Amino acid sequence: MLLIKLLFKNAFLRHKLRSVLTVLGVTIAILAFGLLRTVITTWYLGVETSSPTRLVTRNNVSIIFPLPLSYREKIRQVEGVKIVSYGSWFGGVYKDKKNFFANFAVEPRSYLELYPEFIVPPDDKEAFLRDRRGFIAGKKLADRFGWKKGDIVTLEGTIYPGKWDFILRGIYRGRDVNVDETQFFFHWDYLNESVLKSKISLSDQVGFYMIGISSPGISAQVSQEIDAMFKNSAAETITETEKAFVQGFIAMSEAIIVAIQLVSLVVILIIMAVVANTMAMTTRERTGEYSILKTLGFGGGVIALLIMGESLLVTLSGCILGIALTYPIAGAFGTYLGTYFPVFSVENETVLLDFIAAVLVAFAAAVIPVRNALKLRVAEGLRRIG
Amino acid sequence: MPPEQEPIVRIRGVSKSYRSGSRILPVLEDISIDIGHGEFLALMGPSGSGKSTLLNLIAGIDRTDGGTIEIGRIDITKMSETELAEWRSLHVGFIFQFYNLIPVLTAYENVELPLYLTGLSRMEKSEHVRTALAVVKLKDRMDHYPAQLSGGEQQRVAIARAIVTDPTIIVADEPTGDLDRKSAQDVLDLMGRLNSESRKTIIMVTHDPRAARRARSILYLEKGVLSHAPDQTPF
Repeated sequence: MLLIKLLFKNAFLRHKLRSVLTVLGVTIAILAFGLLRTVITTWYLGVETSSPTRLVTRNNVSIIFPLPLSYREKIRQVEGVKIVSYGSWFGGVYKDKKNFFANFAVEPRSYLELYPEFIVPPDDKEAFLRDRRGFIAGKKLADRFGWKKGDIVTLEGTIYPGKWDFILRGIYRGRDVNVDETQFFFHWDYLNESVLKSKISLSDQVGFYMIGISSPGISAQVSQEIDAMFKNSAAETITETEKAFVQGFIAMSEAIIVAIQLVSLVVILIIMAVVANTMAMTTRERTGEYSILKTLGFGGGVIALLIMGESLLVTLSGCILGIALTYPIAGAFGTYLGTYFPVFSVENETVLLDFIAAVLVAFAAAVIPVRNALKLRVAEGLRRIG
Repeated sequence: MPPEQEPIVRIRGVSKSYRSGSRILPVLEDISIDIGHGEFLALMGPSGSGKSTLLNLIAGIDRTDGGTIEIGRIDITKMSETELAEWRSLHVGFIFQFYNLIPVLTAYENVELPLYLTGLSRMEKSEHVRTALAVVKLKDRMDHYPAQLSGGEQQRVAIARAIVTDPTIIVADEPTGDLDRKSAQDVLDLMGRLNSESRKTIIMVTHDPRAARRARSILYLEKGVLSHAPDQTPF
């Protein structure tokens, strides 16, 4: 008990300003580390939340090239395919380009069936399915612009020029916190009809097919069959799991992810330098006291525990404060950067990594001070006093 | 010889040297002395004469190059570091020039520190600490931190810490070196009482002839060699 008391007093009462600054340094570093890790986990969220029973079929040349609507029936015939939906990236702008959000024209009934993670109240769903100009928006998106059901929302088309009016028929919620609530879905038929009137070349064309299969085990076989079916056609396809499809997108920004990971490692090294500096100063100042403890009969283990314990206490205090701050600050980040990160929530894994980093830093920072204290001969240490 | 008449400290042919770069500096050469049970011995000599080194060797906080040191018939020169640490915790009480109290612990906690290594219960520890603080007349200040105590009071706390485990010997290195005359007097009175009333064996290193005169015997070291017999006083 007395040694624990000594440990706490050493850590926080000896040099209050130094302790506060060190804890603050660790807090800021853990906060930065936590936020950077959250950016990385958010980046990979699409991969994590993708379903193993969903496939994506797109044009083999590039996703910007469409596929004929007629493929739908052929895909439906493939064994193991339960449901086929389709859609196109609309790329509409609401009032200003900075108000970016994802907006898709989809076949609504099959799409909502395929994505049960989008929870739409039954009445809203019916109203949406009935109205060709209707759309549904995620809760966060609706809140962002203050949209209410029945509101007419106009998007300026970029791929499909002109002003497009839609009526909000429902607001969907995510089944869990990791579901993106910032998307905008409307009827593909509405898009197609309008395109038919103006640009014949883009009519009856879809950007992608979303396919529901009966089990994850048949995904490779179904993909091969679909792609084989359209081989040597004008629009060859590439079919892959939803996970692989999302990973393909992420791979385009791999360099940024690597840079963020490197920065998060640098942050850890900075914490280590801060704590190691504090521990080095601390143990140098307490050389005499360690000699006294050894003189009184305390073994090296107790001295090592006192130094390691102090390093751990200071680092973990900063770590806990940093984690406590990460949640509200990540929340604020999520609000301000909702356009880029529809879901910006701190994962349990990030908190665990924070703790692991803090413990590793605490031990690494204390290794040399402990070694020096253990090597110290009692008589030599006593000579340094006074 | 009855046990109480046997010397508590028996030193035979002890030598010690330190290395300074490539040079070897002899500090003690062939020291042999006996210190009786209940003795109050002052070790004197000029700076660098080896008196503190001899005290450290007797207290088991430094190693001899040769010779033997028996404390209560136990040869401490043959002990490992761990054995020596355990032996020190049970048999030696230390008093230093600069008190060397832990500044973030109260007087009570400083005195309690050596008892951490004993198997005493919490109640027993409390009893021992209170008794030791009563001996040094600081029971009423046990909740004070070292910084709230005068130099003399801090040294009395250090003495309480030295006696709380009821050690076989007490070693004191310049115990009055950092004190004013009055406080030094009080500390020496206290050490004298511990020796005369409690029959504590005390070995004290001092530069101060007035402090040395409070001892029952004085040993004089010069250049690592004993120059006076223990029962002779040069003052």
